[in-house]
Amino acid sequence: MIAVDLLTRAFPLLVDALAMTIFLGVTSFLIGSAIGMVVALARLFGGPVLRAVAVTYVSILRGTPLLIQLLLVYFGLPQFGILLRPVPAAIIALSLHAGAYLAENFRAGILAVDKGQWEAAYSLGMPFAKAFRRVAFPQAARVAIPPVGSRFIALIKDTSLASVVTVVELTAVAESIGSSTFRYLEMFAIVAMIYWVINSLLSLGQEVLERRLARAY
Amino acid sequence: MGHREDCPVSISGLHKRFGSLEVLKGIDLEVRRGEVVVIMGPSGSGKTTLIRCINFLEEPDAGCVRVCGVEIPCGGKTKRPARTRQIREIRTRAAMVFQHFNLFPHMTALGNVIEGPISVRGMPKAEALALGERLLARVGLADKRDQYPSRLSGGQKQRVAIARALAMEPEVVLFDEPTSSLDPELHEEVLQTMRALAGDGMTMIVVTHEVRFAYDVADRVVFMAGGVILEEGPPAEFFGNPRHARVRSFLRLVDGGEVDADTVANGALWAVGSAGFSEGSPV
Repeated sequence: MIAVDLLTRAFPLLVDALAMTIFLGVTSFLIGSAIGMVVALARLFGGPVLRAVAVTYVSILRGTPLLIQLLLVYFGLPQFGILLRPVPAAIIALSLHAGAYLAENFRAGILAVDKGQWEAAYSLGMPFAKAFRRVAFPQAARVAIPPVGSRFIALIKDTSLASVVTVVELTAVAESIGSSTFRYLEMFAIVAMIYWVINSLLSLGQEVLERRLARAY
Repeated sequence: MGHREDCPVSISGLHKRFGSLEVLKGIDLEVRRGEVVVIMGPSGSGKTTLIRCINFLEEPDAGCVRVCGVEIPCGGKTKRPARTRQIREIRTRAAMVFQHFNLFPHMTALGNVIEGPISVRGMPKAEALALGERLLARVGLADKRDQYPSRLSGGQKQRVAIARALAMEPEVVLFDEPTSSLDPELHEEVLQTMRALAGDGMTMIVVTHEVRFAYDVADRVVFMAGGVILEEGPPAEFFGNPRHARVRSFLRLVDGGEVDADTVANGALWAVGSAGFSEGSPV
């Protein structure tokens, strides 16, 4: 069904596109994780102002479509004189979006740490930062890994929206080859398959990580 | 003024309330170096809150706490950096053993013991490992060094927790009902460890219902009820001839071993916070 000539023609483009998709996903996940951690800590341990900012951020970013967020960053910001190229615009929107969800995952993980663990850490004379890093975080991570893994997988799929702001990733390549050859079915099927393979590998990695962190339990 | 070098813990005028409930109503307590003080009393009497105030796991509302010369200015909850540092200083000198152990589940037994020395005291790893192994041997668990807490029995967990507290080389160890969450047959191994510790001259403040331990090991027994210290004295005197009827009836119920002290405490006899108790009345 899938002609060899189509595949040989699309292959080099798909390789580049795959690299772009992974780049978008990984970069946004890392930045989003940093944002998520800061927001989670602000919400859990910050003063009233910080808490309010964190709650508002999470509420807005989770309560509006990612596509709108992406369009606002790429087409909206130029009205303030902020012109972003497609890739940075996509990364900013994806990171902010993922950050809101990850903040909630991290918060739930940290809340799951028994109060006695903090007390034990404090009673050894640890300051907050050390108690968090050495005692609370490793235990929170174990709880947070399944939802965070799911968020990473969702993020990989969300990168397909970057095609709307002209980023040349998997979905954009499928669309452009599809439109020039009228072989939409094959191209979207191939790309769907690629997303599925990436995410299956991610699931596997998540399982390995879960097992490793559960070793002590 | 009045500061004595041989006095690791000095508490004066300590008050603590949770909302509308006044848990500590002015506690004065001096604990000398090398002394073992057992705090007894019905639950809700404030004993746990008292020792949690010593290392500031609870912030006292009023009163002074001094541990080995480190004194936290009376009252006030201001979180100035200097105050936070002083509190940490006190915590490294007054180690805590918890009712529910609170071992770090993601670290091995040895990892639990060396965590404080390495990350708080800045001890080199090799030195901390040697100290950790020595302390695990001291509590009889040298062979469990690489086990995670989930693989240890309750009694073993508590002994690791004691080793973890000792690893800070504290001036005083605070025990918050160290055997209360253990099955009865596991009490003795923990109490043995504590006896040995007392024998080595460690200053200890122990909240417990273990009458036998108090009788054998304590230099002084303090009885709390309703947020105040009702009676205190050497164990022979305290157990042999308690002055307060309230103490007498408490001991009668606890000592027999037939009734769990908490059951007594929760009974009508010890209605928490009842101010209408008249001293010396027959019970």
